[in-house]
Amino acid sequence: MSHTFYIAMSYGIAGLVSLCLIGWVWLDGRARRRELAQLEAAGIRRRSATSPAPEGGKA
Amino acid sequence: MSESLAITKLSDLANPTRFLGLASRVLPWLSAVTAILFAAGLYLSFAGEGDYQQGLTVRIMYVHVPAAWLSMMCYTVMALSAIGTLVWRHPLADVAHKTAAPLGAAFTLIALATGSLWGKPMWGTWWVWDARLTSVFVLFLMYLGLIALNRAMDDPGKAARLCAILILVGFVNIPIIKFSVDWWNTLHQPASVIRMGGSSIDGSFLRPLLVMALAFTMLFFTLHIAAMRNEIWRRRVSAQRRMAARMAGDKPGLTTEMST
Repeated sequence: MSHTFYIAMSYGIAGLVSLCLIGWVWLDGRARRRELAQLEAAGIRRRSATSPAPEGGKA
Repeated sequence: MSESLAITKLSDLANPTRFLGLASRVLPWLSAVTAILFAAGLYLSFAGEGDYQQGLTVRIMYVHVPAAWLSMMCYTVMALSAIGTLVWRHPLADVAHKTAAPLGAAFTLIALATGSLWGKPMWGTWWVWDARLTSVFVLFLMYLGLIALNRAMDDPGKAARLCAILILVGFVNIPIIKFSVDWWNTLHQPASVIRMGGSSIDGSFLRPLLVMALAFTMLFFTLHIAAMRNEIWRRRVSAQRRMAARMAGDKPGLTTEMST
């Protein structure tokens, strides 16, 4: 096998694993955002999110 | 007075809600910087000439070495987070080491695979059980074990504490990996970049290597912050579902309302 094969395989594997990681993190984030939106649409919010005092607002 | 102010500001920053706000602001910038660094690093890697001994296979170094460095840096980040879990019981520390483990496993896999692909044309073998290769393989198994353990337990707090102890015990492997080439007679070459007396690599190879290392490091931090944000959302989803289940138990009519 030529040296080009080893170089191409190395960059190919590094690229593939990196892309899988990026894809996994992106898809996971999208799924979680959708779940949170569904819960909010059903009227279920975190207690702190429904508190009347705005974050960083004056007391 | 100023010390307490600094501690307050630091704990404010470590608040999960503030972390989410910060993550949404910095992630687009981090992603852009990572993409630019990879473009520059790949250009420099393929624009340079080959080594007088290794020929063009020296280009494997530009992905192998950064991945190997990151496999150790990721574990160090996990060890620092484990201290945060055990000493301060900080929820963000749990999230940090849980989400870093799959990233560390991926970078270690890249280091092992590219090392093997570099070893075959240079050493004449895909693999030898020398101290450096074996200790990195042990690191890979440790990452897999930590991922499995964290997902095997229902209580995230208990899983985090148990994993934190194992991470700190396993940290002994990091100096073993680093100094294995000095302590034992290995087929793997000794350190040539981070060593006493400076780098022994020529500038024409060092520049693309450092740019690629920076690109991989930025990729790690971008993915880690994004994965931490996802984990915080995941915990919020399960907390809100538990709350919804309690509400449904208290008010029987709500079950029908929610299912629609």
